[in-house]
Amino acid sequence: MTIKLGVPSKGRLMEKTFDWFGARGVGLSRTGSDREYAGAVKGVDGVELVLLSAGEIPRELAAGRIHLGVTGTDLVREKLGQWEQQVQEKAELGFGHADLIIAVPGCWVDVDTLEDLDAASAAFRREHGFRLRIATKYHRLVREFLQDNGVADYQLVDSQGATEGTIKNLTAEGVADITSTGDTLRANHLKILSDALVLKSQATLFKSRKAEMDDEERATMKRLLSILGLGD
Amino acid sequence: MAGKEKIRARAAALTSQFEAAGAVSVETSMLLPAEALLDLYGEDIRGRAYVTSDALRGEQMLRPDFTVPVVQMHMSDGAEPARYTYAGEVFRRQEEDQSRPNEYFQVGYEVFDRNNPAASDAEVFAVMQDALKGVELRAATGDIGILAAAVAGLETTERRKQALARHIWRPRKFKALLDRYSGKSEVPPSRAALLAADDPMLHDFPDIGLRSQAEVAARIEGLRAEAVAEPISALQVELIEALLVVRETLPNALEHIRDLAVDMPAITEATFRLRDRMHALEARGVDVESLEFEASYGRTSMEYYDGFVFGFYVPGRADLPPVATGGRYDALTRVLGQGREIPAVGGVIRPGILVELEDAA
Repeated sequence: MTIKLGVPSKGRLMEKTFDWFGARGVGLSRTGSDREYAGAVKGVDGVELVLLSAGEIPRELAAGRIHLGVTGTDLVREKLGQWEQQVQEKAELGFGHADLIIAVPGCWVDVDTLEDLDAASAAFRREHGFRLRIATKYHRLVREFLQDNGVADYQLVDSQGATEGTIKNLTAEGVADITSTGDTLRANHLKILSDALVLKSQATLFKSRKAEMDDEERATMKRLLSILGLGD
Repeated sequence: MAGKEKIRARAAALTSQFEAAGAVSVETSMLLPAEALLDLYGEDIRGRAYVTSDALRGEQMLRPDFTVPVVQMHMSDGAEPARYTYAGEVFRRQEEDQSRPNEYFQVGYEVFDRNNPAASDAEVFAVMQDALKGVELRAATGDIGILAAAVAGLETTERRKQALARHIWRPRKFKALLDRYSGKSEVPPSRAALLAADDPMLHDFPDIGLRSQAEVAARIEGLRAEAVAEPISALQVELIEALLVVRETLPNALEHIRDLAVDMPAITEATFRLRDRMHALEARGVDVESLEFEASYGRTSMEYYDGFVFGFYVPGRADLPPVATGGRYDALTRVLGQGREIPAVGGVIRPGILVELEDAA
């Protein structure tokens, strides 16, 4: 049987992943038409390329349906409880850098720290009768972070895209989102809190702790990791 | 882990016992509107409860505890005074520890009574203790009301007292605030810069979002007042810290807290309540001489307890959750009662753990 390697199915993340493996002697490529999610592996036998949405890779690793997968640390930590027991970090790939941060409107000159956010939340709740809303798709990470830092009287509202726009649309007062350059935040008149770095993320090669392997697959895994210079 | 039938039977036996103590048996829904729970507990409840939804009723939560639905039921059509018992499953999301069950039974006993809160506190504790008498357990007690009174009595601004009271249940944050207000920790540089600016409201950003510039200005006014307020004195901080570490048998703790009340007259009323409760417990046959009292007990548990708190633990088994917990939650009835309120105290037993202990005995 084969070792299954899950890679993001499109965009820069896929291309950079292909480059990273290619530079180490493992050729990954998409086959068939542009729309077909099939791929080929050169340079090592017994490895199958599985193209998936980056967001699904953590779940597939945890379920043991793929042996290796490339995805962001942010997604693994958000989606997997006790992630360290389900997957192992094999290599940080040096791209896809992004920070999960909390941002508020720049016009809130009184808010720069989490302490300010907590105090502003209390006052906001008194004034408006509901909890200050923070739009995010990283519910678990953000909730744990705010809890650890003693912020109360907020609520998270789900936003799966265009999160920065929620404030202008009056569906949230703050956002917790991934940013690499901060350009989108600035363009939307937001500023990052100075002490609210929830997580630093980058594209990472993970190995599933749950996927079963027979002797042949184990040998393939060893060979692949050694080609990649990651010895076990 | 014992089978569900066995736990259900044990739960039924506890319910009969609570009925014999005067409680009326009640049922609640398993799906609760998420809004009420979220409003009450905040975002943290999402980490503990399962959320689901449909297009008609919106977000619903799988019952994480009985307190909210029982209080709502009582506030809408309950007679006074009232005693209730209930039994059923509660559901708790588990994201860190797979060995913790995400579904288990609770059997509860709740008292809604305006007369003699000390007697009601003692009643709930004694009824719980009696129901658990077959197994060897360690009881812990505390009283959030004493700490709340100490905070309310601090010689400082109302704003500071409100902030401290709001974070009683977050010990680390509470400590950080106390350090800030007593001048032990520095004001963050960004705040110092803001207050030093000629016009702090000056900025290059458009005004977006629901939080208005008037709200921003009001907070800056508050920060200015905070900056010139006298620090909380070292003596007062010491007294609060001395109170937080009180941990001894109830009679000794009472003595100790009375001594602290000499310098902290604001807690005098609360020490009377502690004394009255001790006598009421004694009258109920509870051995108060060996009953543990911990002034910080209950601070990291559910936010709604605001007076007497208690728990029953298996000695030497820190891995097991408490077999029973409970406390007074007057403020919760105020929040859920929409203008009405009633003093309330109650407790729950986890029959699943009880069966496990009884089987092992």
